Amino acid sequence: MLAYTVRRLLMLIPVLFGMTLIVFFMIRAIPGDPAQVILGQQATEEAIKSLTKQLGLDQPWYLQYIDYIKNLFTGDLGTSLRTSSDISGEIWPYLAATLELSLVAMVIAIFIGVNAGIISAWFQNSWFDYTAMVLALVGVSMPVFWLGLMEQWAFSLELGWLPSTGRENVRNPVDAITHLYLIDTLIQGRMDQFVEVIKHLILPGIALGTIPMAIIARMTRSSMLEVMRSDFVRTARAKGTKMFWVVYKHSLKNAFIPVLTVIGLQMGLLLGGAILTETIFGWPGIGRYIYDAINFRDYPVIQSGILIVAVIFVFINLIVDLLYAAIDPRIKYN
Amino acid sequence: MKKTIFSLLFVLLLSIGLAGCGGSNESSGNGGGDSGDGGEEAGGTLIFGRGGDSVSLDPASVTDGESFKVTKNIFDTLLDYGDDNTDVQEALATDWEVSDDGKTYTFTLREGVKFHDGTDFNADAVVYNFERWMNGNEEAFYYYKSMFGGFKGDEGHVIESVTATDDYTVEFKLKRPQAPFLKNIAMSPFAIASPDALEKQGDKFGENPVGTGPFVFDQWNRNDKIVLNKNDEYWMDGYPKLDSVIFRAIPDNSARLNALMAGEIDLMDGLNPSDVQQVEDNADLQTFFRPSMNVGYLGLTTDRGPLKDKLVRQALNHAVDKQALIDSFYAGQAEPAKNPMPPVIGGYNDEIEPYEYDLDKAKELLKEAGYEDGFEMELWAMPVPRPYMPDGQKVAEVLQKSFAEIGVDAEIKSYEWATYLEKARNGEADSFLLGWTGDNGDADNFLYVLLDQDNIGSNNYTYYENQELHDLLIEAQSTPDEEERNKLYKEAQEIIHEDAPWIPLVHSKPALGGSSTIKGFSPHPTGSDKLTKVTLQ
Repeated sequence: MLAYTVRRLLMLIPVLFGMTLIVFFMIRAIPGDPAQVILGQQATEEAIKSLTKQLGLDQPWYLQYIDYIKNLFTGDLGTSLRTSSDISGEIWPYLAATLELSLVAMVIAIFIGVNAGIISAWFQNSWFDYTAMVLALVGVSMPVFWLGLMEQWAFSLELGWLPSTGRENVRNPVDAITHLYLIDTLIQGRMDQFVEVIKHLILPGIALGTIPMAIIARMTRSSMLEVMRSDFVRTARAKGTKMFWVVYKHSLKNAFIPVLTVIGLQMGLLLGGAILTETIFGWPGIGRYIYDAINFRDYPVIQSGILIVAVIFVFINLIVDLLYAAIDPRIKYN
Repeated sequence: MKKTIFSLLFVLLLSIGLAGCGGSNESSGNGGGDSGDGGEEAGGTLIFGRGGDSVSLDPASVTDGESFKVTKNIFDTLLDYGDDNTDVQEALATDWEVSDDGKTYTFTLREGVKFHDGTDFNADAVVYNFERWMNGNEEAFYYYKSMFGGFKGDEGHVIESVTATDDYTVEFKLKRPQAPFLKNIAMSPFAIASPDALEKQGDKFGENPVGTGPFVFDQWNRNDKIVLNKNDEYWMDGYPKLDSVIFRAIPDNSARLNALMAGEIDLMDGLNPSDVQQVEDNADLQTFFRPSMNVGYLGLTTDRGPLKDKLVRQALNHAVDKQALIDSFYAGQAEPAKNPMPPVIGGYNDEIEPYEYDLDKAKELLKEAGYEDGFEMELWAMPVPRPYMPDGQKVAEVLQKSFAEIGVDAEIKSYEWATYLEKARNGEADSFLLGWTGDNGDADNFLYVLLDQDNIGSNNYTYYENQELHDLLIEAQSTPDEEERNKLYKEAQEIIHEDAPWIPLVHSKPALGGSSTIKGFSPHPTGSDKLTKVTLQ
């Protein structure tokens, strides 16, 4: 297991370098002079020169790249053109907001998706199976925008159960420490705020989790169906093992690898793809941070934001790979 | 392993579910009492929902309305606008005098005012702020350049010197008279900041602003909320009424309305015209309409193809039914435009006869210009909603249809917003939708900025050139006499009307929605509201 982990970690190095290269050249692939593009038509020659220097664009590309990597190693992600503040200093709260939301969305998606998939496979062709799979199809095809607004309408306006926007009750604000509000409120022992934070997470969590939930449910079902037809399942049943254990223990373990792959990929997608949900629910996350940067042509922010999301994506997939090995011992010998 | 994962998941979900249920009862309890939190004797907290976050809270360095909305409440300017108009009135300066040649302005300052950090507001502070700006550059202080013509040493710079003649008197010497000087001084970017805090904070001042305004900056979570608390020592007796103001960013208009209806916010701007009725029908809510200080228009780039011909541009003007646009896309909350500036601006020429909606006349003009069979052109639709243009795409479709009726085949195009502006500015569009919201309520800020030949490549997107107009606008800039000046602007509007570089479409009244408990709020035409007098009842 250790050797496998080390090998996978080593493989990350070229991947991460490749990513920095792509992100680095992205900003340089912009047609024309980026400084001119950023500053617009009215810019004076001087302003363009100073920005070119600030962006380091007056040097040969390999020196720029080395500089860029050096800065990355010291944790310097550059300076936002729009707010003139350090990106490494301001990015964490956004990232924390998105992480918290994505994790909750994933928990909802996995719990409901996996169970729905299992039960559908267990009672194949039953009314539950049909209903669940139709719902899954609807879930995949539903626009997040619409779903979010409908949730707000139903659960905030009509029923008044849950808040419609934001991360907290702003009249009873959370003191941010880690910016992961669930943790912050627990550390401070503020159960009232903890409950508020959870309430604020539910609607966006469901909106964001619906598509992965549907995909996971369908994946689990097909994978389970395959496994449940295999010999060892029949043996287990012949031994008189309760059906519940046959399904949840013997079959699920063997059916889980493809499901895990899907979960890993979906989690990565959520991080970058949360922008619609973040917009509808006024969630101050990384998706909106990057989106705003695009609108304002804040290239350093775009560059660093994308890099961070990409790095997390890679690491989630690493974790998934390691989990494969934990679930299926055969994998580490490959 | 697997079992532990699942039991963990299960416990987590269960706790979420339980917490959710447990909380739901409380929430209904909270809902009603929210706005009254803190009791009636105190002013309570007003939560203002808006579409975007501020860029920086140093008003001198920003250009976006979302920043000014907040800084307006943290800072004061020497002079301020009226509650719902752009007439100047006293603020940090209690009195001002203008010399006969219009080149010396003397301000008497309010005594006993303190910045939020406890330092004194006085003449030195004013001088410090102006020195800071005039020694800056365009990147740092955009509005200073655009309103006062440049920086120290620049040819166009209007301000010769700013001196403190005693503790509470400041004298401005100008190189030449500038008619809108007082209106400029009242603009949000020229708010007086604490010199002490500027020194201490340096680059970080925009995140830790210190002014003299009715509210004190408390906290800023980017893209989320900005919290301001009452300034107990505000110079205006008995004000502000509110204990605190929280600005929240909720980008989507419909979601923001949902938050308003759910009681999570008390006031919102960017209310969709189509939602106005819904808010008015709700007994717990009320609507506000911002007096129009904007114009939405279709620019006709005057150096491209058939649009070079004045007759063609006039023909297109005759082909647009503005009232129909207003009824369809502004829920009636706008007035048809006939001039490039709205009627609230001094110098508005109401005697101009609008190009009436008349397709026959339009066809006649086209024929006269030699385009009897029409022609093809591009029609650019802006990709983002703006106060003066809630739905550029749909407006473009209606215009396309109107033009088709006189044989002009318009192809609708759109780009991502930054690209759109850049390309239009480069003169790459035949015709394009755009608009403008006034900065200081002065005619110069519309006519000179948008249509003078000096501003080609800047805000004159139509590349419209007219020497006669240019002479008038320049003369008006240094004519201090209000009446004389208005006459010049009226004349200028006649020329623009005749040359028709635009189809002026509408002056919209952007809608806001608020809780019915809000009293004393009147939306300001400039788009940023001072919340000093607002109460919650």
